[in-house]
Amino acid sequence: MTDTPLLQVSGLTRYFDVSKPWLNRVLEREEKQFLTAAADVDFEIKRGETFALVGESGSGKSTIAKMIVGLVDPSRGRILFDGQEMRFEQGAAMRQLRRRFQMIFQDPFASLNPRWRVGSIIAEPIRTFGIASGADINREVGRLLEVVGLSAADAEKFPHEFSGGQRQRIAIARALSSKPEFIVCDEPTSALDVSVQAQILNLMRDLQDEFGLTYLLISHDLSVVRHMANRIGVLYLGRLVEEADAKRLFTEPQHPYTRMLLDAVPDLALSGRRRKPVTGEIPNPITPPSGCTFHPRCPLVVDICKQQVPAVRTTPTGRAACHLLEESALSSS
Amino acid sequence: MSAPIEKPSEKTPLLSVRDLIVEFPTRRGTLRALDRVSFDIAEGEVLGMVGESGAGKSLTGAAIIGLLEPPGRIAGGEIWLRGQRIDNLPREKMRRIRGRRIGMVFQDPLTSLNPLYTVAQQLIETIRTHMDVSDAEARKRAVALLDRVGIPAAARRIDDYPHHFSGGMRQRVVIALALCAEPELVLADEPTTALDVSVQAQIIDVLKEICAERGASVMLITHDMGVIAETADRVAVLYAGRVAEIGPVRDVIQAAEHPYTAGLMGSIPTLTQTAARLTQIPGSMPRLNAIPRGCAFNPRCPKVFDRCRTDRPELIDRDNGRHVSCWLYDSATQKVAHD
Ligand SMILES: Nc1ncnc2c1ncn2[C@@H]1O[C@H](COP(=O)(O)OP(=O)(O)OP(=O)(O)O)[C@@H](O)[C@H]1O
Ligand SMILES: Nc1ncnc2c1ncn2[C@@H]1O[C@H](COP(=O)(O)OP(=O)(O)OP(=O)(O)O)[C@@H](O)[C@H]1O
Ligand code: SF4
Ligand code: SF4
Ligand SMILES: [Mg+2]
Ligand SMILES: [Mg+2]
Repeated sequence: MTDTPLLQVSGLTRYFDVSKPWLNRVLEREEKQFLTAAADVDFEIKRGETFALVGESGSGKSTIAKMIVGLVDPSRGRILFDGQEMRFEQGAAMRQLRRRFQMIFQDPFASLNPRWRVGSIIAEPIRTFGIASGADINREVGRLLEVVGLSAADAEKFPHEFSGGQRQRIAIARALSSKPEFIVCDEPTSALDVSVQAQILNLMRDLQDEFGLTYLLISHDLSVVRHMANRIGVLYLGRLVEEADAKRLFTEPQHPYTRMLLDAVPDLALSGRRRKPVTGEIPNPITPPSGCTFHPRCPLVVDICKQQVPAVRTTPTGRAACHLLEESALSSS
Repeated sequence: MSAPIEKPSEKTPLLSVRDLIVEFPTRRGTLRALDRVSFDIAEGEVLGMVGESGAGKSLTGAAIIGLLEPPGRIAGGEIWLRGQRIDNLPREKMRRIRGRRIGMVFQDPLTSLNPLYTVAQQLIETIRTHMDVSDAEARKRAVALLDRVGIPAAARRIDDYPHHFSGGMRQRVVIALALCAEPELVLADEPTTALDVSVQAQIIDVLKEICAERGASVMLITHDMGVIAETADRVAVLYAGRVAEIGPVRDVIQAAEHPYTAGLMGSIPTLTQTAARLTQIPGSMPRLNAIPRGCAFNPRCPKVFDRCRTDRPELIDRDNGRHVSCWLYDSATQKVAHD
């Protein structure tokens, strides 16, 4: 029974209507335009694990996160939490499910209401979900502040009295207050300095060990993701191009885009590796390239890449979507 | 003990910054944002400047090119460009040095590009302002440079406006603009921070290669240690407006001497490390109105001792190409420690 993945996502797709206003369209004789922010995304997250999504700006990371926590409706696809389908329009049952997951955002400045005291900010989910009442709430808030390395007395203060790292700690305390099992973290440390990032990443690790938390971690930083995740999914223009065991993604990248990313990332390790020159930039997502959307930049491109979207194939380390992997799979069998 | 970097035997560096102090007068007193910053950049060298947000990286750059925004002002120290003092020049003279002798690349390419003019107009104007060449010759040079920074079909694209280019292409145009008057120094403040990872590497490569070809030195400001590791010859680490450590990039990364640098390097996850936990420096960098007495790092330092709380350590020449401002490396301290 505990073998059911805590989260299962299948065929998750989201289009955004990015058309000009109706009148302009009529005058300029333009069609409606849609942008595909996420296309047929599938993955599972096991209990107690950290699954990471990486990808460059605009690859659809936040859109996927928001669909999972119910801030954006999917255009298509399913999300199962602990085996139950998430439908955000449903009332009471959804509320019960809802308290079992939380979200932490990139910007610790924007995600905390500046007019509320820290205590009220953290207490809000406790009240909403009726987890405690009366004096117990204050006691719980004090405890949570200490769990994240602040002090109970900080409940009286306002967010602006804290540094960026401390505010992210407050956001984490708030996320923990409904005693969730699953936390979606969208770039939780991107706005922070590296020394503060280390504090927050260590804290997230400790909390995971202590409370058995499951994380979906979203980041554009490959080294952060490698440090934190058990499994990693790589996104390109809204599609999951590769999914693999975290460490093996770096030693045995399968998809040409993953390889290119690994070559491009500057690293402290001073390995002296000579980078392969990376070519091209991310295309406009409104008019993505045909077939494999990576084909204009891919050093290994072949004819079929321009016509057909590659299917997802099992690889030695996970799975990936590339025509070449299909070929080698076919020829070696 | 002041101006510890001077070594009379060596030839004049391209750029010398000595005891630079930058202050902001405010209603509640004067804030000192840079406090006696000293470093050199040699001919043809790439100096990386790293530090956390608010450490004073951009202010150091702005002071060098004479673009401090009021009320910020240089309140002390000297800046020398190839033996010429430039921190006290009249505005007009400084304006000519900028662009001609010091090229600039900033985080947002649009701050350097005028949206109302084509790339050709901007490049040709800059070239002709600083060099005595004909319009046709300037255009020829501009096209060659755009081609060199990797703009495809440069001869045609040069007549486009900045907004016709993608973010990465715009930053290439800015690099061309920074280099078109053949400057001796290029100051790049977070040149790739706004770009995607896959494009960052391309831009850094272009910047580094072209500067090397033309013998221009580079001051590369970034908070990304990975970029520094792969690009810079030496690195200066700033903390709370002071230089904590300067040295060859490999030494500083792999065997930092200053406790702050050591903590910083350990706190950065890498693509190869295996440690389960990252090194954690407690607390965060102080604000300008709350910089502690003595060593600015002392409340967070794992090796703090009495003297650190009262006396400020100057940069100490370690005789291994490094300078470190930490009492641990003071000869008097070391004698005590060895007794
Ligand atoms: N509300 C919206 N309306 C129109 N387009 C949108 C909307 N939200 C996102 N998009 C587009 O969808 C694509 C994916 O965006 P998303 O924010 O998910 O990317 P991301 O991977 O989180 O990027 P980043 O690293 O910049 O945060 C982008 O092209 C974006 O412009
Ligand atoms: N106009 C100003 N008035 C008061 N203080 C200022 C002003 N401009 C900058 N500062 C302060 O000077 C210090 C150094 O700023 P600077 O912009 O050089 O930091 P930085 O190292 O470039 O940081 P970042 O990585 O965030 O760009 C900061 O503490 C900043 O708050
Ligand atoms: S499908 Fe073709 S273009 Fe796409 S990644 Fe594979 S080889 Fe490259
Ligand atoms: S001077 Fe003292 S407090 Fe400062 S870094 Fe050195 S040991 Fe630490
Ligand atoms: Mg995002
Ligand atoms: Mg800056």
